[in-house]
Amino acid sequence: MCDQCGCGATAQHDPGAAAGGLRFTPLRQQVDVVRGILDGNHRQAEHNRAHFDAHGIVAINLMSSPGSGKTALLEATIPRLRERYRIAVVEGDLETDNDARRIRAQGVPAVQITTGTACHLDAALVHDALHALDLDRIDLLFIENIGNLVCPASFGLGQHRDVTLLSVTEGDDKPAKYPVMFRASDLVLISKTDLLPHLPEFDPRRAQQALADIGARASSLCVSVRDPGSLDPWLHWLERTMAEVRSAQHGSEAGRGTGAGHAHAHRG
Amino acid sequence: MHELSVAQALLDQIDAITAERAATCAVVVTIRVGPLSGVEPALLDRAFAVARLRDPRTATATLSIEPAEIRVACRDCGRDGAAHTGKLACSACGSRATRLLQGDELLLLRVELEIAADAAPQLNQSEGVCHV
Repeated sequence: MCDQCGCGATAQHDPGAAAGGLRFTPLRQQVDVVRGILDGNHRQAEHNRAHFDAHGIVAINLMSSPGSGKTALLEATIPRLRERYRIAVVEGDLETDNDARRIRAQGVPAVQITTGTACHLDAALVHDALHALDLDRIDLLFIENIGNLVCPASFGLGQHRDVTLLSVTEGDDKPAKYPVMFRASDLVLISKTDLLPHLPEFDPRRAQQALADIGARASSLCVSVRDPGSLDPWLHWLERTMAEVRSAQHGSEAGRGTGAGHAHAHRG
Repeated sequence: MHELSVAQALLDQIDAITAERAATCAVVVTIRVGPLSGVEPALLDRAFAVARLRDPRTATATLSIEPAEIRVACRDCGRDGAAHTGKLACSACGSRATRLLQGDELLLLRVELEIAADAAPQLNQSEGVCHV
């Protein structure tokens, strides 16, 4: 008996056949693909990178847990570099523009990406934010990602370097708990180190050990915005990075032989 | 919970493949998720179950997730071996100077499509039986 309509026909009788005559069961086709699920974001990130490189901008993605001091670090960093570089900031902030206002108070442009309930920035969100900035007037762009040690690690933005903050109140085993984020980092800043005397349970050496255990390429630096001298190694790292990235940008420009006449396809 | 974004990116690719092949729907989507991809398979599975409903051509698709293990190559002793997320040291000599061989992948491997029989002759089909 037909198992679909209970008629007397054997095998697979399609009840729809009575009305339409002949009917075919659908065919199955297997398509082998093997491509990255996030390739779309990756392509958008490359597009952003092309914007940065065409304008000689060095882009740094700042990541951390909420409250690790990303905005405070920028507030302390901007006055030290403002004379030498034209700085701008893209701020990922869930609901408020508090962080962007703090940055603008430092006299540099800041674009707010209000992500609502999103847990990370992606390349398209950053691309939209770039439209609100005059890229010809920026040397150094900080992208302050959403405070989250999981999601932002999976979404490239076109940045040249990833910097992750680890505040001493969070525990020195954070790299072991969030290996994807810390493995993606070029530099880890152990922040709020002025609190170390009150937190004997945090040992920067154990944090460095945890980074080594997960095979992270990042070196780590201790910083406290309350101790301006502690920021010097971070500022030196930034200057070195500026030089490295710009040298690569000039190199690739010379290689293409396009000079300033950069032809950049733009779909957005 | 970025798994929803990942599920949507995956479905964007499925939509494109389904349209390209003039398929009626996607039946099985097979992906590989490494432990260092930053994506939790169980959460991705649940996110996919919701996100697939946006298009009737994916609404009944099932997600098949192939697990992947972490493997590293040791720069000191030259051996390859398995490792786990919190410790990527060489299992043979203990060296931390290792290079990740696999374990961070987030890949769409294949899609099984259903194709209307009258559309099928134009396609390079791999299998299929017509019933009259």
